[in-house]
Amino acid sequence: MSYQEKKNIVSLLGSFLVFVLYGLYVFQKNPVGSIDSAYTFSFWGGVILVLIPVSIVAKIIITIVFNMIYRITTNETEPSFSDELDKLIELKATRNSHYVFTLGFLVAMGSLVIDMQPTVMFIILLFSGFVSEMVGGITQLYLYRRGV
Amino acid sequence: MLIRNNVRKLRFNHDEMTQQQLAEKVSVTRQTIVAIEKEKYSPSLELAFRIALVFNSPLEEVFFIEKEEE
Repeated sequence: MSYQEKKNIVSLLGSFLVFVLYGLYVFQKNPVGSIDSAYTFSFWGGVILVLIPVSIVAKIIITIVFNMIYRITTNETEPSFSDELDKLIELKATRNSHYVFTLGFLVAMGSLVIDMQPTVMFIILLFSGFVSEMVGGITQLYLYRRGV
Repeated sequence: MLIRNNVRKLRFNHDEMTQQQLAEKVSVTRQTIVAIEKEKYSPSLELAFRIALVFNSPLEEVFFIEKEEE
């Protein structure tokens, strides 16, 4: 298995872990049933704004730890650049990821149209962000294994 | 139509050049050379020319088209 494939698997697991742990943390503080809609909006706005730096920091740490383990176990250094194949695969993965997030965004807007709570809309948005990231990772993994 | 190549054979004929050596000469990762040899990836025209230059061969000797049987 190549470096890129291993890195993708670790990245997918890392994203899953961050989302599940952060989701559990948010679930405990979820103001479901709150009639104060202003609080609901500020709560979910905060959740999304905090999730961005948390996931970035988590990914940096996961990448550093993965590279260290990779160097120790294989005695090889990781590729220091992305070539045309990496960029092509990344573009295709980003495209699929965007398709999924756009679909999630439309479903989230649809939930508002059918008079569901704003909380549901935010949960759908967060979940579609998570699913789109997973789809991007899985697309990369698939293309590295099966070819472009 | 399928794009085939003789990269593996040419590597062997050039002092058994390793995939890593070829990758370094054409500025790509070894993974990309592996994908090209397994015909999982058709390289850009620029990369194809760079590979042909390394082997000092015309492009059509390195990469060629094979018609699929209908």
